Formats: sequence, structure tokens, C-alpha cells
Amino acid sequence: MSTSEILFWFLSVLALFSAVMVLVSKNPVHSVLWLIVVFFSISGHYLLLNAQFLAIVNIIVYAGAIMVLFLFVIMLMNLNRESEPQKNVWMKLFGVISGGLLLTIFVSAFRSSADIFDKTAQLNDGDVGLIKNLGKVLFDQYAFPFEISSVLFLSAMVGAVVIGKKE
Amino acid sequence: MQLLTLDFALVLEKLILIAIVVTIALVIAMYSTYAERKVAAFMQDRRGPNRAGPFGILQPLADGVKLFFKEEIIPSHSNRGLFVLGPALAMLTAMMTCAVIPWGNHLELFGRIINLQIADINIGILYVFGVVSLGVYGIMIGGWASNNKFSLLAALRGASQVISYELAMGVSIIALIMLTGSLSLKTIVEQQMSGYWNIIYQPLGFFIFFVCALAECNRAPFDLAEAENELNMGYHQEYSSMKLGFYLFAEYVNMFMSCTIMATLYFGGYDIPFLNESTLDPNLAGILGIIALFAKSFFLIFVFMWIRWTLPRFRYDQLMRLGWKSLIPLALINMVVTALVALWLNK
Repeated sequence: MSTSEILFWFLSVLALFSAVMVLVSKNPVHSVLWLIVVFFSISGHYLLLNAQFLAIVNIIVYAGAIMVLFLFVIMLMNLNRESEPQKNVWMKLFGVISGGLLLTIFVSAFRSSADIFDKTAQLNDGDVGLIKNLGKVLFDQYAFPFEISSVLFLSAMVGAVVIGKKE
Repeated sequence: MQLLTLDFALVLEKLILIAIVVTIALVIAMYSTYAERKVAAFMQDRRGPNRAGPFGILQPLADGVKLFFKEEIIPSHSNRGLFVLGPALAMLTAMMTCAVIPWGNHLELFGRIINLQIADINIGILYVFGVVSLGVYGIMIGGWASNNKFSLLAALRGASQVISYELAMGVSIIALIMLTGSLSLKTIVEQQMSGYWNIIYQPLGFFIFFVCALAECNRAPFDLAEAENELNMGYHQEYSSMKLGFYLFAEYVNMFMSCTIMATLYFGGYDIPFLNESTLDPNLAGILGIIALFAKSFFLIFVFMWIRWTLPRFRYDQLMRLGWKSLIPLALINMVVTALVALWLNK
């Protein structure tokens, strides 16, 4: 096994294990912390693909900002086992069925997608994730969708301010 | 069977470099506590620590020994695992920044060229930024796991403060990156060695960065997370022994690292002013460069301390107003003006 293979398996096991821990943890704060571990292992995968910019932005945005806000809210609400709402058995059953269906759709879409069929990941020598190439693609080829998504963020921010201002 | 194809000499070199850098950072953090007391004493017309050793120079050792021998208390209603994780994370995130700082140019030892930077990655500044944004977890986890109202309040304060000031910091870095055209700290230093220091091009950007660095390090006048007169001791109230020591220590490591980053970004890093380093012997130039970088960063640490013992603490609403209503617009203006000027000059 080469170094990258060892790292790949280690990161994959770590990512899957912590993703499972997010779900099975009773304490929501633990769930959030395991989710941060998931983001770190995914960033590790990006690094293996030589996508340094994606890796670090994933950490800055998800682990550094969004998860801090998650923790913030959960700590303020002080969720614990007593205050946890008891869910109906039927609700749980439907939840499992719809989740399973979503998984089936993902797997089938992934299996037959023309974009990824018969292609392997470029280990170490791919350069599309470097900041220069990514910037060129984003502001050249995909400039319009990129700008549209910023409008989307702006509207979300305005919405948050409006909701926050309401008495 | 070949298991790992690594250049073991390189791995060894990097491991030794990491060990040296971490040790130096810890020793400097240790003596920053001594320097802080001496500076405070100087500002208040006192003598400061002068009992342990000549000029009280062994005081940090005495403090360390004291912390080690204190009883270690873990509150019975705390979350045990996270309670221990908190200070460890604070220390880890404080030390992680040192990986991308170019401490000097290079040395030639044993026939090898040793680069005095642990990792020259092409996303250097972003890495620093990512580590800084993770620094808040030590405070938040420690404060929450203590199961104490004051600690929790302090943790939430600390988190919102760090998030707020990160924005202005990020925008001021964007203005700098537009000028340098590179995210690698080594490239930025090399550009400053051949040209002028970035402080000349970006005085406002440096000012914003400096204020944000004060806030990110939880230093006075932004030490709202440990405001002792309203929150007892803040997020580390339940901590004792060396766990408390880790929190206090992490603050000084953070301070040293952010001062070094500022020296690297705005004051030419290991550049010696008015001297062409390439005329010197490379080893001599490397060592002089290290000394130059440390001198710059020590001066900035002194400014940090000067501010702490001169300015009173902000009120919380003032802190938020300064961050969101003054620094972010200022940083945005700085960014737009820099972009326009850069565009105009390149035409």
C-alpha cells in the first residue's frame, strides 16, 4: 500500500465512523463535535486530491463558522434528555422509509451518472482544486451562476435581519 | 515489500524543525508572562517580579511548578471528556499556526539546504485563517463542559466576538492578497525583501488586522470572555492546576503567533531593513533573518502589552458596534480602494 492509500483508508474510516457517531450520540453537543471531525476527514480527502483550496475553505466555512453557530445555538438551548420530544413510532417508521428511498436515489444516480462513470480520481496530480484554476473556472465559465448564488446569500441575510427585527 | 515511499531524511528534518519551533514558541510564551508583569509594573511605576533569580527571571518557572503541584479538580457535574478536551484544543490550535510561518530563509547544514519553514503550502494565509477560526472551540467546549453559568456566558461571548472580528480580518487580508497576488507566506516575504514592506501599501489594512488580532487573542481591551468583574473568571473558572495553565498559556502562544504573522505579512518577515541579504554568507543571513523576525514580533508583543495596561475594557455592546459598524465597513472601503488603485496602476 502506498502512503496515499493508507491515508485514504484511514480518512474514509474516520469519516464514516464519525458520521455514524453524529447520528447515535445522545448529546447534541457531541453530535456537533463529531460532525466537525467529519468535516476534517473530508478536508483530508480534498488534500489527497491536491485540492488545497477546497480543503481549507471547507474547514474555514464549515468547521470554523457554521459549526460554531450550531454549537452556539445548542449550548444556549441547553438540550438534554429530559427536554427531548418523544417522537411517534409511525413518524420514526416513515422517517426510516423516506431516508432509505433517498439513499436509493442517490446510489442509482451515482452509479449511472455519465460524469463519473469510468473515471478515477486524480491522486496528487489533479490541479483543478488549486486556487488559481478554481478562480478561473468560477469567474469565467460559471460567472453568472456564481453571482446569482451571491444574490441568494444576500436575500437570506436580509430575511434573517427581518425575522430578527420582529418583536 | 515497500510499504512507504518517503524521503526519511526530509521527514526527520521536518520533525526536528517542528520540535525546535514548538519549544521556542513555548519558551517565548513562558517569558511573555514575565514580560507582561514587568511591563505592567513599569506602566504602574512598580518593580514587578524580582524575587525568583536575578531580576525575577526564574518567575515563569516558579509559576509553572506551582501550577503543576496544584490539586486537579474536575467538577462532578461537568462533562468529563469535553472538560479535558477544552484546554487541549486551545493549546493545539494555538500551536498549529507555526507550521506555515517562514521563520527564516534557509540554512545550509550537513550538506543539506534546510528551509526554515515547516510547510510552504500555496494557501498559507488561508491556513492561518482556518486555524484562527478553530481557536474558538477551546473556549466554547471548555466553557460549556464546566456546567457553570458564568463559564457558559463567557464561552458564548468569546465565540461571538471571534466570529465578528474574523470578518473584518478576512476582508483586510483580501486587500493584502490583491497586492501580493499570492497566498504563500514565503512568497509574500520575498516580495517585501525586494520591494517595500506591505505596511507602506496597506496602513489601514494593518490597523484593522491589528485590532482584530487583539480581539481574536482575547486580549484587553477585548478580553470580554474573562471579564473578572462580571463573569468571575470567565470560561476557565472551573479549571485548576495545569489545565488552567494551558488556557493561560495558549493566550500567550496565540499572541506570539499573531504578532509573528503580522510581522510576516506587513513588516517584511525575516527581512533586515537597509541590507541586501544575498551579499552575506547564507547561514549568517539565515540566522540574522531569524533574529530580525523575532525582534519585530517582540516589538509587536510589547505593543499588545502596552495596550492592555493602558486602555480600559470595552463594554459588550461597544465591542459589537466597533466590530460590525466600524471595522467591517472600514475594511470593505479599504478593499475597494485597494482594488481600484491596483486596477488603475496595472493599466
